[in-house]
Amino acid sequence: MFVAKDLAPLVPELFVAVSAMVLLLYGVFAKGNPTRTVVWASVLVLVVALVLVWQVPAGRQAVLSGMFVTDSFTAVMKSLVLIGSAVSLVLSVGFIRQEEMERFEFPVLLLLATVGMMMMVSANDLISLYVGLELQSLALYVVAAFRRDSERSTEAGLKYFVLGALSSGMLLYGASLIYGFAGSTNFTDLAKLFAGGHGHVSVGLVVGIVFLAAGLAFKVSAVPFHMWTPDVYEGAPTAVTAFFASAPKVAAMALFVRAIISPFGALVAEWQQIIILLAGASMLLGAFAAIWQKNIKRLMAYSSIGHVGFALVGLAAGTSEGVRGVVVYMAVYLAMTLGTFACILAMRQKNGLVEGIDDLAGLARTQPGMAFALAVFMFSLAGVPPLAGFFGKFYVFMAAINAKLYVLSVIGVLSSVVGAFYYLRIVKIMYFDAPGEPFLHPMPRELGVVAAVASLFTLLFVVFPMPILNGAAMAAKALFP
Amino acid sequence: MLTIGLGHYLSVAAILFTLGILGIFVNRKNVIVILMSIELMLLAVNINLVAFSIFLHDLGGQVFALLVLTVAAGEAAIGLAILVIYFRNRGTIAVEDINLMKG
Repeated sequence: MFVAKDLAPLVPELFVAVSAMVLLLYGVFAKGNPTRTVVWASVLVLVVALVLVWQVPAGRQAVLSGMFVTDSFTAVMKSLVLIGSAVSLVLSVGFIRQEEMERFEFPVLLLLATVGMMMMVSANDLISLYVGLELQSLALYVVAAFRRDSERSTEAGLKYFVLGALSSGMLLYGASLIYGFAGSTNFTDLAKLFAGGHGHVSVGLVVGIVFLAAGLAFKVSAVPFHMWTPDVYEGAPTAVTAFFASAPKVAAMALFVRAIISPFGALVAEWQQIIILLAGASMLLGAFAAIWQKNIKRLMAYSSIGHVGFALVGLAAGTSEGVRGVVVYMAVYLAMTLGTFACILAMRQKNGLVEGIDDLAGLARTQPGMAFALAVFMFSLAGVPPLAGFFGKFYVFMAAINAKLYVLSVIGVLSSVVGAFYYLRIVKIMYFDAPGEPFLHPMPRELGVVAAVASLFTLLFVVFPMPILNGAAMAAKALFP
Repeated sequence: MLTIGLGHYLSVAAILFTLGILGIFVNRKNVIVILMSIELMLLAVNINLVAFSIFLHDLGGQVFALLVLTVAAGEAAIGLAILVIYFRNRGTIAVEDINLMKG
């Protein structure tokens, strides 16, 4: 039954969706180029939605026949998603103007993708999971190809579309098998079915879980389903890459955690090996494949594959502590990634944006502030204490060790040591190499602010970790009633 | 007399799904074929869902199938749109030519 009070938990999603449509209409009918207005209005919409997320009735609310659920996990993850989207929009302001892609559809598509991500985070049913995921993906395919006249951007869009559609197909096939062999698509019903270790686990169901996990692994770009990531990250316009690396990653990870833990939490033995494999392979590939990269966007793609591997270590543990680790990791990852991309977007020479790692040579002498911020992010991405990245890794590995996943933890620590090589190489290039052609301008104001805030977060996490840790613990508790 | 059971439906769907995946990976000629393969995969899923829905006496599967159909239509529209702008830039949609970026 549909009743009006069902709408209360849906308010943030409804608000963003309606605002996106209003802004679309405004963009069509406004005189002149309304892009700037629409971008800043979209940022405002996301900030208001962030407030609304914390205004929904507290506790677990399942509405729309149990398809849509809000609890502290969704509140925390949605906040991260909204922050990621809003900051990427701010980062894109200067970029879309200078790269001649200043069309008002861009922020509207980002808003629609954000609605999809919020649906994903709140999905409590395979149907709403799929619809939310597609709402997000369809918008992302379009923004990847947003520079219509660029060969690389359209190729990135095409590759992303083909592989994304393939992954959706696998996810759906898994969903259909789970539906058939368990008899329900609702996570709560599925959880009841398997609670306490009874309930018959058929081969069909396990195959379904494997397909579902494969589809979700595609979306978070875990090895062996990562092929699209480097190409799409490199080809897409840089501001779009910054968006891809932040909010959708967090949303997909939240979806992964919920779709595995919430219905199949009692079947740890069936899915744990899959996640261990995904996590181990992602960490190793992220560490080794990035060593030879010359393009910083491509390097960030491999880096994000590695980081997804680290976050999946927490999920592999399958405990409340592990999920807390995942949430902390994603929060820290979000800050580091957005900060790094703020710096990448400021790499502008006479002939436009540059993406080579060598172009950073001697940055410490020409722009000490930017070099320092980028160095902080690189140390943090490498996991050097006492920066935030270290604590992200610390909590997932603690959870893995407490869950007796010793081999996975050792692989993780080793690959983070290997990964440190290429992060520190960037620091070396910035601080010790002879300066090349300097970048044109000092950092634009909005990029500077984002980089400064993100590096402050990364530096000060060690002093004030409690808000994030408490939020993550609260979020994790919601998944383990 | 042969009765058609759940197993038959599932086999057909599994075969179609495999054909779809093969169509994406084996095909080296044309991106349009890839779009068709994607549709094939989604239709295989729909056969699965509808068959399960009948055998479980549960309408949920059919609702799911309808939503999959709708989303598949949107997905195809966006895929074709991206393909058109790609063709405008490169003048080809052969799969082996999609190689500006390699890793």
